Amino acid sequence: MDATAGAGPRLRARRRRYGEDVVKGVLAVCALISVATTVGIVIALFVPAYEFFQDISIVDFLTGTDWSPLFEPAHFGVLQLVAGTLLVTAVAALVALPLGLGSAIFLSEYASDRVRGFLKPALEILAGIPTIVFGYFALTFVTPLLRDIGIQVDIFNTLSAGLVMGVYLIPTVASLSEDAMGAVPRDLRDGAYALGSTKVQVATRIVVPAAVSGIVASFVLGISRAIGETMIVLIAMGQQPNLTVDPREAAEAMTAFIAATGAGDVPTGSLEYKTIFAVGATLFLMTFVMNIVAIRLVRKYREVYE
Amino acid sequence: MSRSLKGGLFRLALLFSLGVGFLMLGTLLVDVFKDGLPYLDKTLLTNPPSVDPEIAGARPAIIATLYLGGLLLLFTVPIGVFTAIYLEEYADKTRWYNRLLEINIQNLAAVPSIVYGILGLAFLVRGLGLGRVLLAGAMILTLLVLPTVIIASREALRAVPDSIRQGAYALGATQWQVVSRQVLPAAIPGIATGSILSLSRAIGETAPLIMIGAVTYIAFDPTILGPFTALPIQIYQYVRLPQDEFKLLAAACIILLLGILLTLNAFAIWIRNRYRRTW
Amino acid sequence: MVTMADQQVTTIEPMSLADIAQEHSDEAYKNREAVFEVKDLAVDYSGATAIREVSLDVYKNSVTAFIGPSGCGKSTFIRCFNRMNDLVPGAHVHGDVLYHGKDLYGDDVDPVEVRRRIGMVFQKPNPFPKSIYDNIAFGPRVLGLKGSLDERVERALRQSALWDEVNTRLKESALGLSGGQQQRLCIARCLAVEPDVILMDEPASALDPISTTRIEDLMHDLKREYTIVIVTHNMQQAARVADMTAFFSVDVAPDGNKRTGILVEYDRTSKIFTTPADKRTEDYVTGRFG
Repeated sequence: MDATAGAGPRLRARRRRYGEDVVKGVLAVCALISVATTVGIVIALFVPAYEFFQDISIVDFLTGTDWSPLFEPAHFGVLQLVAGTLLVTAVAALVALPLGLGSAIFLSEYASDRVRGFLKPALEILAGIPTIVFGYFALTFVTPLLRDIGIQVDIFNTLSAGLVMGVYLIPTVASLSEDAMGAVPRDLRDGAYALGSTKVQVATRIVVPAAVSGIVASFVLGISRAIGETMIVLIAMGQQPNLTVDPREAAEAMTAFIAATGAGDVPTGSLEYKTIFAVGATLFLMTFVMNIVAIRLVRKYREVYE
Repeated sequence: MSRSLKGGLFRLALLFSLGVGFLMLGTLLVDVFKDGLPYLDKTLLTNPPSVDPEIAGARPAIIATLYLGGLLLLFTVPIGVFTAIYLEEYADKTRWYNRLLEINIQNLAAVPSIVYGILGLAFLVRGLGLGRVLLAGAMILTLLVLPTVIIASREALRAVPDSIRQGAYALGATQWQVVSRQVLPAAIPGIATGSILSLSRAIGETAPLIMIGAVTYIAFDPTILGPFTALPIQIYQYVRLPQDEFKLLAAACIILLLGILLTLNAFAIWIRNRYRRTW
Repeated sequence: MVTMADQQVTTIEPMSLADIAQEHSDEAYKNREAVFEVKDLAVDYSGATAIREVSLDVYKNSVTAFIGPSGCGKSTFIRCFNRMNDLVPGAHVHGDVLYHGKDLYGDDVDPVEVRRRIGMVFQKPNPFPKSIYDNIAFGPRVLGLKGSLDERVERALRQSALWDEVNTRLKESALGLSGGQQQRLCIARCLAVEPDVILMDEPASALDPISTTRIEDLMHDLKREYTIVIVTHNMQQAARVADMTAFFSVDVAPDGNKRTGILVEYDRTSKIFTTPADKRTEDYVTGRFG
């Protein structure tokens, strides 16, 4: 034991540990990749969009109701596409928000641990199905089904896409809402039960209000995902821009337009090519704002209870 | 209305909420299997696509999907884990730039997948001149799922109790030794689960690949630096063709895709359960 | 070696603290070679002072105990000796800590080297989720120590009185050991890197009485080769094991808000528990407060 012999061990001088510095450098570079991604997205969207708006007035773009960029004469009013997106989102929201919240309330307040044990994985399975499968289902099953029960839908229509998208979004809404409700402390519920409240009352008057920021966050996130969803609308909704509130008609959503145009042989740098980025920028801004709101709300409820 | 009747109706409404989702899931699966099972045979796996539905297969798509999956793991795991290590173990959380980094990652996780497609189109395919190649597809899918891998890895690292780190430091280990020899090994099951789940999500993605220019009709086996397709793209193509047989072929491809995803997810869950540690 | 077990056989009544404390010889006090010299130490966390005005010397091959009520900064203080406070963001150490005459916080001092020489055992046993062998071997491996790893592991386990119990299952997970065994494992882990000093922050407070006794016996054995500093909230333990005892207390600011730890008295254990110089010490050891 050399340590305790003699006058005491000498502490070796501080070595510059280059290995540690290298490691830190590598780690920081990796972290910067996520920054680069965001910067890349912003540049990729807004530089061509800016160029686009040199030729097309942004006012015409945002307020025009005729989207026909490949026609002569071309029109670039994005409202047709926005309307398509919003209509399908509205249908989806009518399905996803109540059903998602209802599922969450059941899971959080009514289900026993055993039941929750197989319902939650089942929801995760639903969440894991790729959207292309949902798109296939909307086109080949839901649309014919709607016709069979008497609803006169076109081959491509907003209703099928919206309904299927709604179900696709149920897990999103449900899991975030359930998370928020789970964070509500037991004492609040116990106090209400002790006063003689029923389960319905506790769930609707105590838990849901207490978890409201998380629930609203789940709604906002669900809507944001509906706006940004591509495959279901691409396959089942149509590729003809159409400003309408009738979901039985075909229409084109922003994402479908971007996908269809991007896949096509539009010459790089042409005005038609730049429409991808103009619409993309609009889409990005819409979802970005909603995402920020949702993230803020989630932070809020996490802070309150944790 | 009496209390118990109200209660009963409410409960029914909640069950209905759950029921609709699962009913659609069930219907979807039954429908897909009914249509696709007859076409799920060897020709699907070994043949390239063809205009003749009798001999059309999905071989190039399957191979491309496998390549994409492999490349994806190769790219996302190191970058994602290292970023997570930086954020959890090294970054000073009071600094504004580190907080910004966190928010940035949370945001990226919620960006629509088609925007990643636009990113790929602008930079990789036309900007960098990489072209419509499989590697570009892998890179864009990497960026798409990187945020989820980072978030999952952070959770795994955070779950390692601090007492382990303290014990290791107290013995004279450097920070990297503590992280690489104690924290990371303990976090591997969580990281593996998160990575595989992210991978399975990426494999089902179609929109970014469409934007990158995954071709819908190639008859040869794809290579990493060549044109490519993928299973979801193949499904997309078959669904759009007018003949009914192609729709059934699409269903068969869907069964294949779901099978791959199910296997991956089951594997991830198995890892999570097998290596679950109670500290 | 005198243990509590021996005492119980011949005495019917429990011994008073004074009697226990008298059992210590004054040898450590006579030798007086200082391993640590602390001069006017203060620690603050982002401006909030946790402990201040601490000056004392820790003597070689002795057991020194820090006692006092909770919140008086004992744990903060002991972590100054192996620079574990460096890992806490916002922690600042003022004053001097000299280790064999050398400034522990000097610019040219390597914290890794400090922590090797000055080891630490924690309140809650924290074995790594690895095999028993790998737990002990971790330190020598990361420090790149030469020599046979097997020998080191065996020597460390023997020194911590654990070898006989685990030598047939070295490859099994350390998490399968009992609490007392895990703590002895942590001590062995610490010994494997050949330290000079062993710091123990309430090493037995999470253990049952029998394991506690074994750990105390161990301290008695180990102090022949090492210098030991322990933090304990258990006065009887301090009386049993420590040669020197330092009593800390909390100094409350007039407005009642700022609570800072201070060193009240530091002397031979026998003196602290029989004829303490400070009334606050007397109040604490006789149980009037704390």
